Amino acid sequence: MTVKGKYLRIALGIVVIGALIIVPMNFNRYGLYILSQWAVMTIAAMGLNLTLGYAGQVSLAQGAFVGIGAYAAAIMTTQGMPLIAALSVAVVLCFAIGWILGYPALRVQHHYLAFVTLAFSTLAFLVFRNEDWLTKGIYGISNIPRPNVMGFATNRPLPFYYFCLGSLGIVSLAMWWLIRSPWGRAFIALRENPVRALSLGIDTRRYTLMAFAIGSALGGVAGTLYAPLTQYIDPVPFNLSLSLDLLMMVIVGGSGFFFGPFLGAMIAVLLPEWLRFTQGYYLMLYAVAVMLLLIYSPTGILGILDRYLAARRTKAASALRAVTKSKLETAS
Amino acid sequence: MSNLLDLLVAGLATGAIYALVAVGFTLLWQTSQTINFAQGEFVMLPAFLMLALMHAGAPFWLAIILGILLSLLLLGLGFKLLLVDPMLRHGVLPLAIATMALAIGMKEAVKQFFSAEASPFPSIVPAGDISILGRVVSLQSLGVLALAIAVVIGLTALLNRTSIGHQMQATAQNPTVARIIGVPVERMILLTFLINAFLVALASLLITPIYLAKFSSGEVLGQAAFIAAIVGGFNQVRGAIAGGLLIGVVDNLAAAYVSTQYRAAVPLVLLIVIILFRPQGLLGRPEERTV
Amino acid sequence: MSAVLEVSDIKKSFGGIKAVDGVSFDVQEGEILGLIGPNGCGKSTLFNCILGQLMPTDGEVKVDGKVVTGLRPSELNRLGVSRTFQLLQVFPKLSVRENLILAGQEHQGNMMSRLLGPSDAGLTATADQMIGFFKLDHLATEAAGGLSYGQQKLLDAAMAFMGGPRLVLLDEPAGGVNLTMLGDLKERLTAINREKRATFVVIEHNMEFVMSLCTRVMVMAEGKLLAMGTPAEVRANPAVIEAYLGH
Repeated sequence: MTVKGKYLRIALGIVVIGALIIVPMNFNRYGLYILSQWAVMTIAAMGLNLTLGYAGQVSLAQGAFVGIGAYAAAIMTTQGMPLIAALSVAVVLCFAIGWILGYPALRVQHHYLAFVTLAFSTLAFLVFRNEDWLTKGIYGISNIPRPNVMGFATNRPLPFYYFCLGSLGIVSLAMWWLIRSPWGRAFIALRENPVRALSLGIDTRRYTLMAFAIGSALGGVAGTLYAPLTQYIDPVPFNLSLSLDLLMMVIVGGSGFFFGPFLGAMIAVLLPEWLRFTQGYYLMLYAVAVMLLLIYSPTGILGILDRYLAARRTKAASALRAVTKSKLETAS
Repeated sequence: MSNLLDLLVAGLATGAIYALVAVGFTLLWQTSQTINFAQGEFVMLPAFLMLALMHAGAPFWLAIILGILLSLLLLGLGFKLLLVDPMLRHGVLPLAIATMALAIGMKEAVKQFFSAEASPFPSIVPAGDISILGRVVSLQSLGVLALAIAVVIGLTALLNRTSIGHQMQATAQNPTVARIIGVPVERMILLTFLINAFLVALASLLITPIYLAKFSSGEVLGQAAFIAAIVGGFNQVRGAIAGGLLIGVVDNLAAAYVSTQYRAAVPLVLLIVIILFRPQGLLGRPEERTV
Repeated sequence: MSAVLEVSDIKKSFGGIKAVDGVSFDVQEGEILGLIGPNGCGKSTLFNCILGQLMPTDGEVKVDGKVVTGLRPSELNRLGVSRTFQLLQVFPKLSVRENLILAGQEHQGNMMSRLLGPSDAGLTATADQMIGFFKLDHLATEAAGGLSYGQQKLLDAAMAFMGGPRLVLLDEPAGGVNLTMLGDLKERLTAINREKRATFVVIEHNMEFVMSLCTRVMVMAEGKLLAMGTPAEVRANPAVIEAYLGH
């Protein structure tokens, strides 16, 4: 059953990836913009999923890290520097700030941590808005160029979408590696039972800070893609509500599940488009849908699936146990 | 110097409103571990309910009474029964996130069904200035301050002097023990939700004439209330009151003496410092949790 | 023989209450030392002081002659001191094998190699050996949460040995385990003690289990050391009989 399941999953993966490459080829400019946005938000949400879903630390600052990345990209590339340089700066900066912001997590309860990160998020917004010399304040930065990737210009929507998709692919692979590595196991251990984790030699402080720092750095990566996507940024998109949106993406998709952010970002970015016919009501419907979902399944959409699969597994396992037990009894 | 007095009075007036909101916030946390991220929107909504009633032809006083009753029904009873009760057993975080969604829903609903523009709101305190000790002070500030202080004193008296208040405090401190000694815990929890609804309706009535009624006005207010609650002490009513007044004053002083651009940063920095060095808040007691 | 663990004059008070009041003892290499005493006598507090979970008010703990008082539990664990808890502490969502790999991974390489190296930190073989040793073979890929209580207890104990510890402190390993499993557990512990030269300190209420497993037994009462000796000596000690039956 497991071998068959594995092939089925690989086949499904290939179909989805193929669809993501082929289907958008005849999309219009706006459709490609929305899909690119999905890819960018998925990267940011994956970072938060690492911090929140795997390591169990609440952060309300992921939007601020996207902002830091976006401003790094906007400022540097409009000065003629390559996007890869901006990416390095954003990653290093966000990693360092995330590391520092993780320190309160070592001292205080989780809800306090939520407020520290919330305060940081608002402070970052104030800096974006007020430091005119660096960020051009409320006027924003326009004419942000799109990069050349290995000689290919990504000015047009389709190549830029592929650039975002490719970046998402690379980040996903790195994340997959991280989650399966001993680090991923340590993250889960410190979420589930920090005392036991300590007694097994797991340096919970270092892993907590790492989860914060890596998650924040991924926010920065998403930001460096966001700036060339919109080609114009001002402080408004990076206020607290982006952090809250990202948090909802992670929770709605299913926090602690690898594919949770993909699903959550899809719902947050695409659902408003599908609900466009409802005109101004779509955000209201989205909010109500989120509340209903959380009441039904606090572990998100993938939580529902997981419970269903777990129930099937338990059935199979107890059947197996019954068999072994009867064997033992007949043997003795 | 004279300027300072004005700033203090204005600061205490806004601070007293923050205190009302922060007290409700801490009450919900204490009795049912609810971190209400929609608390700011809870303050925004009652003003619109009252405005809607006035548009429908009700006189101001009737709109106030009905508005407060509707708030009790929607933000007290409805909130508890429809969102908090079904989610509570899942833990703190899912509920906190559900309240974030609620905040979005409330903002959007007001924007859709009422208006995206700011609407003026009549004041229950007459406009004008009076002179105290040779200084001209805004009557509105004084009125707001006096009313908010009266409510805070009333609430403190309710909590500390009456048997219902003692039962509520017992519920907040240890629901299990409270239940054993015969406190109707469920009813007390409902009561805190109703008190919270009453406090936000009152805050709405007091603050909206100053800042106008707007669907997004809850964002700033909610954050001020969080900060007040944490700075003062998340688990103490008097902490929330002190925190509210402090944030109000700091906010107004910062606006005058720090650059206007970074006035909003001052309370946030205060918050971070408090969380790092005195996480239980200025007046709070440390929260003991077994890991 | 040399002392693996030396505990000298440990004191721990909470407010005015002296939970542990000046306890000293040594544990020799290869020994299985039992620690018994009535409820509330300070056994678990003493354990927590030795293991860095609590900071002792006074006194000193040495492992292999090195002072370790005040080290964090994770540091102590990497020095070769491991433990089990009174209540079950396995990770229910991880499989049996994953639980064991987790228990051993921090003893392999460094942070970098744990990030860039193989996903199992090279421990699959060791984990499977341990699975075989504790007779959990058919359950290797099952989620730990789906195991029976006794099986989880075995897994919990097995996790303590993944890092190849010098010293293992077991807090009520037999608690809640049924009779058949109990025999299994005792036999496994004895075997691992002999084969791997691991040294044990065991807190246990089940007298029969302690007396048959341990080479030496110490008795605590009201925060102090009451008696120490072979199981036979302790059983015959009038002070011990008084402490257990007198109250």
